[in-house]
Amino acid sequence: KMLKSGEKHFSLTLILFKDIWRYIRFIITNKCIGERLNSLNATDKRFRNHNLLQADIISTVEFNHTGELLATGDKGGRVVIFQREPESKTEPFSQGEYNVYSTFQSHEPEFDYLKSLEIEEKINKIRWLPQQNAAHFLLSTNDKTIKLWKVSERDKRPEGYNLKDEEGRIKDISTVTSLQVPVLKPMDLMVEVTPRRVFANAHTYHINSISVNSDYETYMSADDLRINLWNLDITDRSFNIVDIKPANMEDLTEVITAAEFHPHHCNLFVYSSSKGTLRLCDMREAALCDKHSKLFEEPEDPSARSFFSEIISSVSDVKFSHSGRYLLTRDYLTAKVWDLNMESKPLETYQVHDYLRSKLCSLYENDCIFDKFECAWNGADSVIMTGAYNNFFRMFDRNTKRDVTLEASRESSKPRAVLKPRRVCAAGGKRRKDDISVDSLDFTKKILHTAWHPTENIIAIAATNNLYIFQDKLNSEMH
Amino acid sequence: MAGADGDDSLYPIAVLIDELRNEDVQNDTETQLYSLKMYSIIHIFYNTIYDEDEVLLALAEQLGNFTMLVGGPEYVHCLLPPLESLATVEETVVRDKAVESLRKISQEHSPVDLEVHFEPLVKRLASGDWFTSRTSACGLFSVCYPRVSSTVKAEIRQHFRTLCSDDTPMVRRAAASKLGEFAKVLEPEYVKSDIISLFTALASDEQDSVRLLAVEACVSIATLLPQEDLETLVMPTLRQAAEDKSWRVRYMVADKFSELQKAVGSEITKNDLVPAFQNLLKDCEAEVRAAAANKVKEFCENLPEDNREQIIMTHILPCVKELVSDTNQHVKSALASVIMGLSTILGKDNTIEHLLPLFLAQLKDECPEVRLNIISNLDCVNEVIGIRQLSQSLLPAIVELAEDAKWRVRLAIIEYMPLLAGQLGVEFFDEKLNTLCMAWLIDHVYAIREAATCNLMKLVEKFGAEWAQNTIVPKVLGMANDPNYLHRMTTLFCINALSEACGQEITTKQMLPVVLKMSNDQVANVRFNVAKSLQKIGPVLDSNALQTEVKPVLEKLATDSDMDVKYFAQEAITLQS
Repeated sequence: KMLKSGEKHFSLTLILFKDIWRYIRFIITNKCIGERLNSLNATDKRFRNHNLLQADIISTVEFNHTGELLATGDKGGRVVIFQREPESKTEPFSQGEYNVYSTFQSHEPEFDYLKSLEIEEKINKIRWLPQQNAAHFLLSTNDKTIKLWKVSERDKRPEGYNLKDEEGRIKDISTVTSLQVPVLKPMDLMVEVTPRRVFANAHTYHINSISVNSDYETYMSADDLRINLWNLDITDRSFNIVDIKPANMEDLTEVITAAEFHPHHCNLFVYSSSKGTLRLCDMREAALCDKHSKLFEEPEDPSARSFFSEIISSVSDVKFSHSGRYLLTRDYLTAKVWDLNMESKPLETYQVHDYLRSKLCSLYENDCIFDKFECAWNGADSVIMTGAYNNFFRMFDRNTKRDVTLEASRESSKPRAVLKPRRVCAAGGKRRKDDISVDSLDFTKKILHTAWHPTENIIAIAATNNLYIFQDKLNSEMH
Repeated sequence: MAGADGDDSLYPIAVLIDELRNEDVQNDTETQLYSLKMYSIIHIFYNTIYDEDEVLLALAEQLGNFTMLVGGPEYVHCLLPPLESLATVEETVVRDKAVESLRKISQEHSPVDLEVHFEPLVKRLASGDWFTSRTSACGLFSVCYPRVSSTVKAEIRQHFRTLCSDDTPMVRRAAASKLGEFAKVLEPEYVKSDIISLFTALASDEQDSVRLLAVEACVSIATLLPQEDLETLVMPTLRQAAEDKSWRVRYMVADKFSELQKAVGSEITKNDLVPAFQNLLKDCEAEVRAAAANKVKEFCENLPEDNREQIIMTHILPCVKELVSDTNQHVKSALASVIMGLSTILGKDNTIEHLLPLFLAQLKDECPEVRLNIISNLDCVNEVIGIRQLSQSLLPAIVELAEDAKWRVRLAIIEYMPLLAGQLGVEFFDEKLNTLCMAWLIDHVYAIREAATCNLMKLVEKFGAEWAQNTIVPKVLGMANDPNYLHRMTTLFCINALSEACGQEITTKQMLPVVLKMSNDQVANVRFNVAKSLQKIGPVLDSNALQTEVKPVLEKLATDSDMDVKYFAQEAITLQS
């Protein structure tokens, strides 16, 4: 049942397919996020292999525009697409479950002979294109090359060849006495993934973001110093729209960390920098958007200044709200919501794990301070979510100002059990039962990539090589 | 006929049929493409959408030529179903080709068939679920509109209106790009009642990519309307587009300026377009200025004759003067490629007084492309004021380009040498430019040496054999004794190029001895090039010289220790005998 549609076509890649099952999936029902998060329940469905392979580490998670499909990319260059099951009468709980729809190798390791550089196959980002016909399209990128993939279903195949029989064996020519026209006959559904375009050779530095424009015609790709604009149909040229490379690389003080198009206004995009600033650019003003139209920056508090100030203020992710009115950013310790109409300071600042402020020195030594956490909006723009350490992830309700820490781990989440909120006890703070002390946090278990279903309360959490999908319980019962 | 023979004759068709339905991705696309011609015989048009894009593209194209193969115009409608499904695929090129074929076969439908078969297809596409089919529909309205009844016409207009306000920008873009074409087939009253409102709406669309397409439609619509309506119906939108917030829209206006100018006529041009053009020349975005700068000459040419000069002198020229010192080199080089054309429009006195300083400034521009563009258009000025006025500044500019560090720049100036030589005359050339031409022969980049050889040939064609004998040939032959073998080879390449232009006498008397002598060169590359040269100049020589002088040398080279020398000598011998 699990293999279903993909099985036949990908029989060659069955080994890969098994690897994929190291991703454990949970369906957890979550009773209204802002309210009673402690009544979440979880379902463990899959057997887990404890062998953690580097290649299996999930590097990006992305829902498509309807939420029907969910794509993940990993360090091994593979993309796995999950499809939401339709409602079932016999198994009422299976509604909303995501099963593997298709899996394919998107990027392979390469070697740049001119620069003597290895190019990793790791998928940095996946972006779905708005659906334009029965097929689905997605863009996937590693450090250098962006690819456009078509995911389509096929349920017919030609039968009745003149020269081969049903099993595909070549017929003896002397037995062919009459001609027939092969006809298309229904067959089991098969999912085909085909590469449609390869957008290469446009980035000198590592690509960190791709974003599809609301004009459905163009998309952009951002690396450390430049942002390029592409037409989805044209692979041999792109236009440079932002270039912050100084004439002398020794003068380099900041890099681009993320970039995204406005969800409705085709001319607007935002990019974030390692200095903690956001720049909103209007492509109508000039061909080269070196001059921003708005600069969002919070003045630094001189009293809080330390050696780590600049590192922890680097923006690791920026996302427009669905309405297009707000921007959500994540830096090392906080998540911030900005109003597009207020450049001077963020509207809201949420502490993700402020208890780490005293531990920055050791986090610097083990490089954790450079971790790039992503962030996500819920469909109504009322709740935000972002990851933390120890397989914890945080949610903040913007209206009630409630927040919660949850854990994505197999040990703590039983099938369909309610997820328990977790609490970290800051050093020296009063410790309650079940609290975890800061010193016992596992910094190797980090949740960097999260995604929220565009309309429903379903979230996808990538915890190293595991993918967890949690669902609002009320939501599923309503259906 | 024996059974076995029957099988044989079936075999190729069996292969063909199978190939057409082959699901193996690696199958031979060539065979498939070739087989497409046969497709009509076999009735398996349907469900082709699973094939490869290349196959679909070829299919979409071929089906447009199938009218006779399906039994002539009365059966042409049976081509519609496969084309309909091809018009909905997601690959743009396939869709466009399917639409092209549909447009083609629409002409072969009888008016009745058009309403019974074709028009329903257009409606289906126009109301399709996916945007792919709706974009395809946009291209089909204009071909069926003129030939259907008035009720159907009303429906078509309604469909077009709906698509112009479609939710997806792709469909609105498709509609905007077909607006002008659709307007042309509409009755004049509907142009006013329908098209204008659609045009206004598309021109103020929220998407830049839609608005810029409306500019193009503006040209067609303006030509359809009587002059007195233009001011109220078209100009507000055009004015708005020329001042659009998005540089891409303004760029489009600049790019289409000449067409717009012709479409709206001279009165509106004077009152509206001149200030608009001034603004575009002063635009804050360099891309827009460059596009406008490109149109300066055409715009000036198309101004109404009665006060053309006055408009140029008071309105356009001040902007042009500013562009000469623009900060962006693309703008300057765009201007440099057309600015010389203004001299014919303004006449001798204005050119000397106003344009000449600009030419001279551009000849000294820091960007080589700007200087090259000026030099490449010298002929326009030459006609008006004579080139002497420029030669003082021209020479340093040429010399500087000739010695530019970038070999592509040197290559570009070499290519203009024959033109310059023609304009400047032999005297000036000998005095100032000849040394440059010879210096290129020993450039360290092969492409330059090669171009220099070719340049010499063109100069000889221009100035004649006698000039060659006195000025070039001695210098070229002198290089045969150069210690650098690459320079010795250049001598041979020059001889190859020049022999024909110089004629038999010079070739036999002066060039041939040098070539023959070089057959003893120490470097094998030189020796086999001697063999090649002898083959090349052979046709110019008389048979006596061939027999007594060339043949023995070639025979000697044919026994050379070097393999390549032998090979080319042998080749020359075979060809000459």
